[in-house]
Amino acid sequence: MRRISSALGLMPFAVYILLFLALPTLLAVASGFTNKAGRFTLENFSVYQNPVVWQTFWSSTWLSLLTAVLGAVIGALACWALTGVKKDGWIRRMMDAASSVLAQFGGVMLAFAFMVSIGMQAFITVFLRDKMGVDLYANGNWLYTVPGLVLPYLYFQVPLMIITFLPAMEGLRPQWAEAAATLGGTRRTYWTKVGFPVLAPSFLGALLLLFANAFSSYATAAALISQGSQIVPLQVRAALIGETGASNANSAGVLALGMVVVMAIVMVVYSLLMKKAARWQR
Amino acid sequence: MSRNLSVGTAPRPWLRRLILALVTVLFLFPLLGMLEFTLRQTGGGYGLEHWQALFDPENARKYRAMFRGLGNSLLLALLVLVIVLVLIFPTIVLVHLKFPRLQRGLDLLTILPIAIPAIVMVVGFAPVYRWIGKNISSETWPLFLAYGVLVLPFAYRAIATDLNGVDARTLSEAARSLGANWFTVLLRVIAPNVRRGLLNASLLTIAIVLGEFTVSSLLSRRTFQVGLLQLNQTDPFGAVAMSLLSLIVIFALLVLVGVLTGKPRKVRGGRGAGGAGGVGGAGGAQVAVSPVAPALPGVPVGAAVPDSGPHAGPGPASLPETPHPGGAAAGPASPKEGPHAR
Repeated sequence: MRRISSALGLMPFAVYILLFLALPTLLAVASGFTNKAGRFTLENFSVYQNPVVWQTFWSSTWLSLLTAVLGAVIGALACWALTGVKKDGWIRRMMDAASSVLAQFGGVMLAFAFMVSIGMQAFITVFLRDKMGVDLYANGNWLYTVPGLVLPYLYFQVPLMIITFLPAMEGLRPQWAEAAATLGGTRRTYWTKVGFPVLAPSFLGALLLLFANAFSSYATAAALISQGSQIVPLQVRAALIGETGASNANSAGVLALGMVVVMAIVMVVYSLLMKKAARWQR
Repeated sequence: MSRNLSVGTAPRPWLRRLILALVTVLFLFPLLGMLEFTLRQTGGGYGLEHWQALFDPENARKYRAMFRGLGNSLLLALLVLVIVLVLIFPTIVLVHLKFPRLQRGLDLLTILPIAIPAIVMVVGFAPVYRWIGKNISSETWPLFLAYGVLVLPFAYRAIATDLNGVDARTLSEAARSLGANWFTVLLRVIAPNVRRGLLNASLLTIAIVLGEFTVSSLLSRRTFQVGLLQLNQTDPFGAVAMSLLSLIVIFALLVLVGVLTGKPRKVRGGRGAGGAGGVGGAGGAQVAVSPVAPALPGVPVGAAVPDSGPHAGPGPASLPETPHPGGAAAGPASPKEGPHAR
């Protein structure tokens, strides 16, 4: 009896998840397999015959990969430096708070930040052009194109890396370094024989996380790039709001499915890596 | 820090300072860019003109849409907080106490909103909200139901991490044996013990809801971000100033909470974890990590990688370890206490 009433306590949450997580996901996937009349069809997949769609998947992929790799390397260096400061000191506190704000700082405000700091009329741009002779925009206005997304994306990738990778970095036991030193190892041998191998799975895992993060990010691109749909999330937008006149929820569904497939692959590899990483965390 | 660390793990002081200085500059330059931009006067030179204009009643019309968006977003944040505190929190506690076997399922479930990109969810939310618009309301407030799902991974991890550091089972049994009912246990025994987690979850909720753009813009609802983008067309100075202001407020709140909750915990119910957690320093970290904390009791430290941005994966959840009650706080809150507590 007791158990039944406890189980009833789970009902509200279950119903909520069913209605606002399961149902929308099913509807999104199903919309890829139905036509306007609601009948089953595979016709929507003809979207993938369009080379432009493949190109956007490719753009999304390289953008995500590039920002993930750069973000992971810079973030890991920052974590390394942070292991040297006091855990309850103000530097650490500030970095923690800043990282958690900035990791969430995608979107419209981030786009603004970059428009006004490295845009055409920005202080830094003007200063570099007039005083240093460096013209950021010698090759045209790239900020509003896909390469222009690299810097803004890095701006949330690096903090995300710090949040995710710092615990792994702090998991390196001082005893290991001591053991290495006792055995006559140098800093260098410590890192090549102990540090890097232990951290490798966590690092790669965090890298994948960053990749997924960039791949699914929509708001920043939407606010910066108003013309065209150069990356997949913008293609979904175009299909949803029907930039070409006819809105087509069904092709949005198929594109969404493509994104889910990419994310699923990333997540499977990620979970395998995490299993490996956990070995050193006992 | 201690000599131990200097054996070889941390970089030498000059290198450490260099790296931290560079990262700080990288973090700051777009923010300074925003500040510089908002201080530009129409007539040349710098001044507070645009900041004053923002709060000048004469401009009320110009900023109306943006402020209405902000109002909507604040209302949404409030409603989502209700979901987090009244629906998500009790469920986490219930599963923790009564259905430990469902724990892993819940871990996996709560990662889904991160693994499925928001832009994909929108495709599915569209028909749902078309129905809601027709039958309930086409205003902005019903969005809170969708937002509850978006914040679920973060709120869940913040609360669950803290809960794992408390010996909730013993506490609740003690309370029950003294005659307390379930609500009393939840409100007066568990909640005060995980106030840090609840506070973090609430802050993250507010930050995420105020910054949400994908769902609201594609469903044509008027939120803060939608208003900002719109305002940017007519008055970029005002839009940038409001963005900067909201960032600073959220940053200050996070620092404040970090400082307030940063003190070592008093010894509490839990054995291992509670005690080990007391070893200072856990505080500051808590704030940053909560969004990322792995809720998985058996998976300490490095495995912490699970999520944080809207992007984590089901990864850690699939780890073989079985959760153990009272086990070390695996949270990044105190990344080291996990292994060390044992």
